Amino acid sequence: MDIYGGQARMAAYMREHRDKVTDRWSELVVAGVRGRISPEEVSRELEDLYSLLLRVMVEADEHATGELRAALDELSRTRARNGFTPSETAISVFALKDAVYELLADAAELVPEYLTFSRTIDDLGLRTFETYSVARERIIADQSAAMLELSTPVVRLWDGIIAVPLVGTLDSARTQLIMEKLLETLVATGAEHAVIDITGVPTVDTEVAQHLLKTVSAARLLGARCAISGIRPQVAQTIVSLGIEFGDIATKATLADALALALRESGLKVGPA
Amino acid sequence: MERVPIVKIGQTLFVSIQIDLEDDSVVRLQEDLADELTATGARGVIIDITAVEIVDSFIGRMLTMIGSISRLFDAETVIVGMRPAVAITLTELGLSLRGVRTALNAEKGLRLLNGTA
Repeated sequence: MDIYGGQARMAAYMREHRDKVTDRWSELVVAGVRGRISPEEVSRELEDLYSLLLRVMVEADEHATGELRAALDELSRTRARNGFTPSETAISVFALKDAVYELLADAAELVPEYLTFSRTIDDLGLRTFETYSVARERIIADQSAAMLELSTPVVRLWDGIIAVPLVGTLDSARTQLIMEKLLETLVATGAEHAVIDITGVPTVDTEVAQHLLKTVSAARLLGARCAISGIRPQVAQTIVSLGIEFGDIATKATLADALALALRESGLKVGPA
Repeated sequence: MERVPIVKIGQTLFVSIQIDLEDDSVVRLQEDLADELTATGARGVIIDITAVEIVDSFIGRMLTMIGSISRLFDAETVIVGMRPAVAITLTELGLSLRGVRTALNAEKGLRLLNGTA
């Protein structure tokens, strides 16, 4: 059985009491979202939904159903973007059940159709939730992409010396991006020295170390020398107890030490003016 | 099969790879280089791979082998102009081209050779 159609009497009843139902519905929704949307806006949204829903209940044609779903999707996406909780979003649909139920007290003959109606609303409510979570997931994905871009600057310390100050946890995706950016900058600027500063990296495990080693050997393949700086005492202890070998890669305590090393290797000398 | 030309400039053999490297071409290059090194007594080899966009493990290994062969003739090998993507591929393959020196471009490679010669 189609869960949308076959509710002609219910629809007629709801059309007759349109104002009463929509007023009560808006009231419940406004209370549900704790006044974060203005009552006018809510009733405008709900009026549209109501008309579409009535059409669907009578005819259940593809076109009207599609329109109703699209309107609902739009509503839940907007809610998700504006930071409403899932319940605050779903109440926009479920509140209609309460609004209608309260009226049904004096129309007992409609109760069987109310059950079908209730199923329709449940289905639509589930749909809003699904759209809501899709929208939220997209927001999260966008944010992490934005963070990835923000978090990997390559800075020039001196002519021919560049540095990558790393902040935050390193995972494979980030390291890949850092590696690419570092290598591209080496090629673009013709720098022969690179310093990877890990002062802001909270923990170094075998995986992170592996990533660092790969980056250093890739830079070496291009003909650049790479030093790692900013190793904090705890990190040094972890590295040693994990048995990670940095081999012949230069490691320094601070970025300043690494810069001094790079300057010395470039044959430059910094002294008092 | 395309052949890679070898140019002698002073005491250095200059190889610029401008073609898509195939296994045959690399093997041939290795043989040609060995011949050329014996014939000229060159002290350095510069291999410019600026135009190379794709490498595989075989080519990576052959580059290392060219380095080892040149050393037998007392010549130093410098690979120059490697692209970032190629460097990433080689490290992912676990090839760090031991025994071969690298430089960002041909000019720096030449300076590297002259500095050590």
